[in-house]
This record gives sequence, structure tokens and C-alpha cells, in this order.
Amino acid sequence: MTFTLGEDVRVADRPHDGHHRTPGYLKGKRGRIVRAHDTFRNPETRAYGEDGLPGLRLYLVEFESGELWPSRAKARDRVHADLFEHWLVRAS
Amino acid sequence: MSDHGHSHEDAHDPIGRDDEPLAAARVRALEVLLVEKGILTHDEIRARIDWLVSRTPAHGARLVARAWVDPSFNERALDDARLAALELDLDPGESPHVVALENTDEVHHVVVCTLCSCYPKSLLGPPPDWYKSLSYRSRAVSDPRAVLREFGLELDDDVEVRVVDSTADIRYIVIPRRPVGTEAMSEDSLAALVTRDSMIGVAEALSPASELTRA
Repeated sequence: MTFTLGEDVRVADRPHDGHHRTPGYLKGKRGRIVRAHDTFRNPETRAYGEDGLPGLRLYLVEFESGELWPSRAKARDRVHADLFEHWLVRAS
Repeated sequence: MSDHGHSHEDAHDPIGRDDEPLAAARVRALEVLLVEKGILTHDEIRARIDWLVSRTPAHGARLVARAWVDPSFNERALDDARLAALELDLDPGESPHVVALENTDEVHHVVVCTLCSCYPKSLLGPPPDWYKSLSYRSRAVSDPRAVLREFGLELDDDVEVRVVDSTADIRYIVIPRRPVGTEAMSEDSLAALVTRDSMIGVAEALSPASELTRA
């Protein structure tokens, strides 16, 4: 799925049995696309000796610290993380 | 343990240190297997280690110093730090993308890899042990200000701390703020103010008055 800069997204909250690059603390959390990187090979299949193709779009997603850690809601701090497109859904 | 190919009749101890930690023994066992299976050669592994230890934070410091003195280079570095490194004949490494993050009076970036230890080795050399520790990797995202305080960096509440979690193929390097009082300094002298920690984002660049400044 393609996302545009500034778009609100939510990280899929699903378990994944095996290697993946989506940190647990971001699953289910709401963020915003701040940078569209290139397309990269899928680490979830590449980790097991496959070629990781077709490639997946990688996005830099911004999260407010209060969204991740309710006790830090007042801090104006943020976390940016690179996430692959198949872990992101549009947030309404 | 006797179902893998070669005979262990002639028992012998592998060449290693008697007090070798478990992790090192495990890595050694992996290396032996990879070589036995023909996936890697000892020479390839040695060449990779030689490359890794030849990289130092001085490489990244050159990039930062040029960005400080040359605004158009700074723009190009923020746009594509890999190409910017190549401009300076620096080896940007195998990662296809290197992204530079500019610290300002409003935003302070700090880099972490919560999932493992992704690090711009080509520009900074091998990562420090603390960067790979579970405590840094977890606390840098959950309470970055406390972590920065432990590194001696106290930021005003109105500065946004932006933690960048290096979760995938991109490698991140921080361009720290240029210290005050450095307007007349040469690019080489400026590079000596740029520490490894300042390019990870857990510290500011050194002040020119600091006695820690490298000669």
C-alpha cells in the first residue's frame, strides 16, 4: 500500500512468528508518515535465505511520545521509526 | 552430536582462549560451520573485520565539519548523506541509504536500534558496547531525557527530543549543532570537535575551549 507524506497511519497490531523488523512497542500505535524511503527487500523472507522479493516500500513514521508512553504525554518528544508498508494501515 | 559428517575419534580442543566467554565460543562455532559449508571463507571474514576496525568516527566527523562550513553541502547531506560522503571520498558502506539528521535549537535527534544494533559503521566505526546494551535500546525510546542526562546532556523542555529507531535498512548519522565561538576555525579543527557520541546524538559536539578537544 502506498502512503503520502503527512498521512496518519496505524501500525498493525498482529503477532508475527519469525524474524520481522516491527518493534512490539509500536504495534497498534498511531503515527504519521514523515518520509518515504526507497523500496527494500523483505527482511521477513530474506532472513530465511530467500531473496526478499518483491521489495516493499519503507516509510519513516513519526509517533508522539504520549501515544507510546501515556505517562510522558506532556513531553513534546517524538519517536521516528522505519516501517515497511505491509505493517501500516490508514488511520481515519 | 555425532551425526555431522566428520569423525571426532581424534578428540582435540579447538584453538581458543581458556577463558573465552560463551558468546565468543558461539561465534567461533558459527564461523567454523559457515566455512565448512562453503558459505564464507576465513579470508572473507578477516577482510570484513579489517574493514570494520579501519573505520573510525573521524570519517563521520569530516562529513559533519564540511556540513558546518558549507551550507550547500549541508543541504546535499540532508538530502542524501551517502552521496555526500562519496563527495568527500568517504566510504559510505554497504547500506544503500544513509540519512543525516540535523540537530537544531528546536530539535535534538538521538539514534537507537531497539531491535538489534544497526549503526552507520562505515562512518563511525564499530558501535560502542552501550549502544548494543538492552538498557540503552529500551530506555532510549521510553525515557530519552533520562538517558541523555546520564550522558551529561540536559536539554530544555522546549527542545523536542526526537528518537530515531533504526529498524530497517537506513543508517542514521546525526549532524550535531555547531558549537558557538567556532566561526574562525578551519574545517580540520572543526572536525576535531565532532565526537562519536555527538553523531549518535547522546552528546553535543565539543566546545573549542574544552580541554578534551583533540589536538
